[in-house]
Amino acid sequence: MDVNIEYFGMLSEITRCSEETISLSENRVSDLLALLFRKYPALEQVDFQLAQNGEIRSEETFISHRNLALLPPFSGG
Amino acid sequence: MNRYSRHIALGEIGRAGQDKLAKARVLVVGAGGLGCPVLQYLTAAGIGALGIVDPDIIEESNLQRQILFGTATLGQNKALAAQKRLTDLNPNIDIRAYPERLTPRNALAFCRDWDVVVDGTDNLGSRYLINDASLIAGKPLVYAAVYKFEGQLAVFNYRNGPSYRCLYPTPPRTAAVPDCSESGVLGVLPGLMGVMQANEVLKSILNLGTVLSGKVLFYNALSAKVTTVTLHRSEVEIDKALANSAAFQPGSPGLYGGPPVDEISVESAFRKRGAQWIDIREMGECPRVKRPAVARIPFSQLMGRIDEIDSQREKIIFCQTGARSQKAVALLSQRSYFDNCYSVKGGAWAISAYEKKQRDGQA
Repeated sequence: MDVNIEYFGMLSEITRCSEETISLSENRVSDLLALLFRKYPALEQVDFQLAQNGEIRSEETFISHRNLALLPPFSGG
Repeated sequence: MNRYSRHIALGEIGRAGQDKLAKARVLVVGAGGLGCPVLQYLTAAGIGALGIVDPDIIEESNLQRQILFGTATLGQNKALAAQKRLTDLNPNIDIRAYPERLTPRNALAFCRDWDVVVDGTDNLGSRYLINDASLIAGKPLVYAAVYKFEGQLAVFNYRNGPSYRCLYPTPPRTAAVPDCSESGVLGVLPGLMGVMQANEVLKSILNLGTVLSGKVLFYNALSAKVTTVTLHRSEVEIDKALANSAAFQPGSPGLYGGPPVDEISVESAFRKRGAQWIDIREMGECPRVKRPAVARIPFSQLMGRIDEIDSQREKIIFCQTGARSQKAVALLSQRSYFDNCYSVKGGAWAISAYEKKQRDGQA
């Protein structure tokens, strides 16, 4: 399955793009993360939340939508 | 009521709505890039009572975005300077300044005392603290945060809606989240986000439109793109945060990834009168700081020599670059409950550079 991933905040500095399409052979969230951490080792050092189809469900195990977003916390004010 | 005639002219607000605003009490924590526009618009809107919590001093680098301040107020406390400026803007409302830090000791009392809480702070420790305190107190939290060209906005703890803990359950390793002073921020960005916070405050008081609860809005100033994601209430995370209420007691240690470490610029450090200066570098580290009466207590011996530290006076703590001194401040506040320690940004290098500049200026 091809998924489109949007990167916010400092994540887009690590990936050097604001979004990209990635091919997944497995549909678990953990597989996606493992793939991303291999591609961008620095991602493993930062915290973020995953949104699927514009929705955050923290307990989700499976990738069930093509539109994904990785949302890091911001602290500045 | 001529002052509010444009509000009253709106059928959706009218006199009844303006009266609601006049009866509302809003606490704004942090009078910085976000807090300034929030305060300015809420004052102009005629919110009956505004509380401003900020322990920091106005520095020149704040003026690029903290629009309540000017060169004449450099060196003044932000809460007090904001109060003065806002009283001129609207003398008919009650504006209270609290030139102090929000801590586990006072956070719950603050949140209980006000109707709506606005998070305009600049660090994650404070953000978790404000979230948990407003959740326990049952008060809506109007939240925003910024990073370079991007901002987040949400209303948490609103009518049983989700909490910041439902978005980010636990504080990340602090080093992983840079702040404005490290990473920079586009001046108008906190302005935009702060005005949106003020809008959410007004909507929640007036019961107008749809309050941004159960959603988080992301704004990118470079692409002008707005992304809104839906957030669900996590009973597990909310229960965990509510169970924290016991932690809001005097001197409870090690909360919220450690209480936010007070960092201070060299400029502000030199302005503190009567503070104890402590060099926590190991023996032999250079440059030597020429300032007189600096106690030398290496970090490795800090806890063993704690009785050399004056509990009553403010403490200016520095190392080589400002990293170890942050750890020292966190350690001292957790182990000894000292809440009057400051870590000098840039450490001994920054102090030496400042001293040299002073000497050159005098020569």
